[in-house]
Amino acid sequence: MVHQIIATGRSRTGIPTGRLAVWWVIGSEILIFGGLIATYLLNRFNHGPSWSVEAANTNTFIGACNTFWLLTSSLFVVYAHAASERRDAAKTRMWIWLTILLGGFFMGFKTYEYATEIHHGFTLFTSNFWSFYYTATGLHGFHVLCGMVILAIIAEGDIKKGRNWHRVENIGLYWHFVDIVWIFLFPLMYIAK
Amino acid sequence: MAEVAPAEVGHGDAHDDHHEESFWSKYVFSTDHKIIGFQYMFTGMAMALIGGYFAYVFRMQLAFPGSSIPFWGTLSPAAYNSLVTNHGTIMIFWVAMPVLIAAMGNFCIPLMIGCDDMVFPRINRLSYQIFLLSAIILIVSFFVPGGGFGGAWTSYPPLSAKAEYNSTPFGAPLWLIAVTLEIVAFLLGGINFITTTMNARAKGMKIYDIPMLVWMIVIASILFMCSVGPLVAGAVMLLFDQTLGTSFFDAAAGGDPVLWQHLFWFFGHPEVYVVLLPAMGIVAEVVCVFARKKLFAYKLILFSSIGLGILSFFVWAHHQFISGVDPRATYLFTTTTLLISIPVAIMLFAFIATLYGGSIRFSTAMLFALAFIAEFLLGGVTGIWLGSSGVDIYLHDTYFVLAHFHYTFVPIAIIAVFAAVYHWFPKMFGRMMNETWGKIHFWGTVISFNGIFIPLFILGSAGQHRRIYNFQNFPDLAGQNMQDMRVFATMCLVLMLAFQVIFIVNFIVSLKRGEKAGRNPWNATTLEWITESPPPHGNFGLTMPEVYRGPYEYSVEGREKDYWPQNEKPEPEKI
Repeated sequence: MVHQIIATGRSRTGIPTGRLAVWWVIGSEILIFGGLIATYLLNRFNHGPSWSVEAANTNTFIGACNTFWLLTSSLFVVYAHAASERRDAAKTRMWIWLTILLGGFFMGFKTYEYATEIHHGFTLFTSNFWSFYYTATGLHGFHVLCGMVILAIIAEGDIKKGRNWHRVENIGLYWHFVDIVWIFLFPLMYIAK
Repeated sequence: MAEVAPAEVGHGDAHDDHHEESFWSKYVFSTDHKIIGFQYMFTGMAMALIGGYFAYVFRMQLAFPGSSIPFWGTLSPAAYNSLVTNHGTIMIFWVAMPVLIAAMGNFCIPLMIGCDDMVFPRINRLSYQIFLLSAIILIVSFFVPGGGFGGAWTSYPPLSAKAEYNSTPFGAPLWLIAVTLEIVAFLLGGINFITTTMNARAKGMKIYDIPMLVWMIVIASILFMCSVGPLVAGAVMLLFDQTLGTSFFDAAAGGDPVLWQHLFWFFGHPEVYVVLLPAMGIVAEVVCVFARKKLFAYKLILFSSIGLGILSFFVWAHHQFISGVDPRATYLFTTTTLLISIPVAIMLFAFIATLYGGSIRFSTAMLFALAFIAEFLLGGVTGIWLGSSGVDIYLHDTYFVLAHFHYTFVPIAIIAVFAAVYHWFPKMFGRMMNETWGKIHFWGTVISFNGIFIPLFILGSAGQHRRIYNFQNFPDLAGQNMQDMRVFATMCLVLMLAFQVIFIVNFIVSLKRGEKAGRNPWNATTLEWITESPPPHGNFGLTMPEVYRGPYEYSVEGREKDYWPQNEKPEPEKI
């Protein structure tokens, strides 16, 4: 039994502690992805044509589908938040599970995409473009997967039992962030050829 | 200012729901911020012993090349590289970071801002557990086939990326994994420190009422968070290069080894300030208490440290003046590097100005704080030479650089930490440390420290390069006068290590037999001194403190006592 800590309940800034911490987590994540994307860009500028040739092999259609799934899932997580503000457990859980479903679509398409790329001989080791491609999209995919797990925990562990409603908003912030990273990765990896 | 229920009563009744705590739940899996602070502190001290032992072994090799070293044996070149690398790694990532940021932050922040714990106690515990795991992985890496990583703490590829170059196929990846885990631990801890300070301050504590140490740890945590992200990405890339065979940093396959240097130093230079700022905070607290003066220019110090933090992101390439960066860029980085000495100087001058007109008491903590100012000044001034690209090209990778950054890091991670330990020991353990032995320890440490590194400045300007196993193989460096200086430096190191025995004995004996400290042995004003020593679970007993004034109200005119605690209710009719 963890007793209630006074510190956690305080809010001198007016922002609830959990949300404040999520913002700081997102801040540190921005720098991790920012560092990765910045090094990718610098490399791409330096190597120019050879990387464009490699990038022409990525599957823009699947990338576009995945953009669609993720953006729609962001809409659903907003609906989940709105339902949680109304303390409507059934609706909140429904929207969370729909969000997870679209995350699953994303991961499924991603798996198919990786499989075909590898089948065509574009592995992590083919060239530096492909190393960046797999590292960046892989790290992003890992974040999507983590988000899905946390969403499921919140839906079944908290909302079902009618507690910790604020967590829906916090995971929503994170989920939007993961989306925004994809908004950067999609043009950089799939559109720019 | 939403104050969420429950009402602000402390945990005087905490024992009711916390009966029969076993040793494990009380000291190992505790979520109490004080216990976690101790865990960080003792782990850091243990790692410092390992790092110091490594320094002893490789200094003995340099002083008496090829001879059998007591407590080690004969040192092979590969083991020499591994010791040098891991000495640097341990002292920065497993000593300076845990003790200055994590131990001080965990112990002091909730006490100084007047709350009962960190806002996320379990994340705090997780942070220590990840840190401990990283330390264990690092220690394990010394014993795997091939030995510990020997590619220097900066880990430049291609040396660090390819096992055929560094001959440590297991040591190198383990080293990298350990460093990355350590970074994760401090990201978790840092978010906790920042959020706690933003949200959980005592009622009435406005932003300029926050003690300087808390500010400094928070700013350092933000700096760490902002600088380390790209290195995490870089570490993943380097790990792939090492273990999977990608070629992010392999020039032959289209990669760029200098990229790692950029990513590393974009973190590595702000990291200097990440550990410097808490040390500055410690010195600010100690100087005010023992000079009985208000901190000179509180806001100027605060804004300087924020300016220092911003500027620290624009100086990294001064580590790479000979790595093939554009010569035009070196002008820019020279300029920013020289600029960054201004905020540091402002802080040091503010501490000196605080001393002016004070009634100074030379306690051991105060001596260490003053020594920090003096010794760090030497490190800072030599930094100006090295920051100028023209001079740096000649001094790069010599012992001059080595002596320079030891003149910054030893004051930060050793001297300021000792100031903190002597200052907060009564609060931590409820007993006083022995001042006489403390002073002997102080003089022994500081004099022998200078004895180590002043000869190394001279050797460095004479052209002695770093990371060389045996200088006798180089006719220019094998002269008797140079060798004499190496022997002298090594003897001073042995002396310095020997004096730490006094500290350890004093620490342990004071734990058991020290004089009872009482609540406020130094007559200090900040909130941690109003509670019992050591503070109980929940820190402040039944009612949480409220704050009415700034943290450094010493020698206020017209008051009977020369200190005015932050929580004391004002009495308008008397003023």
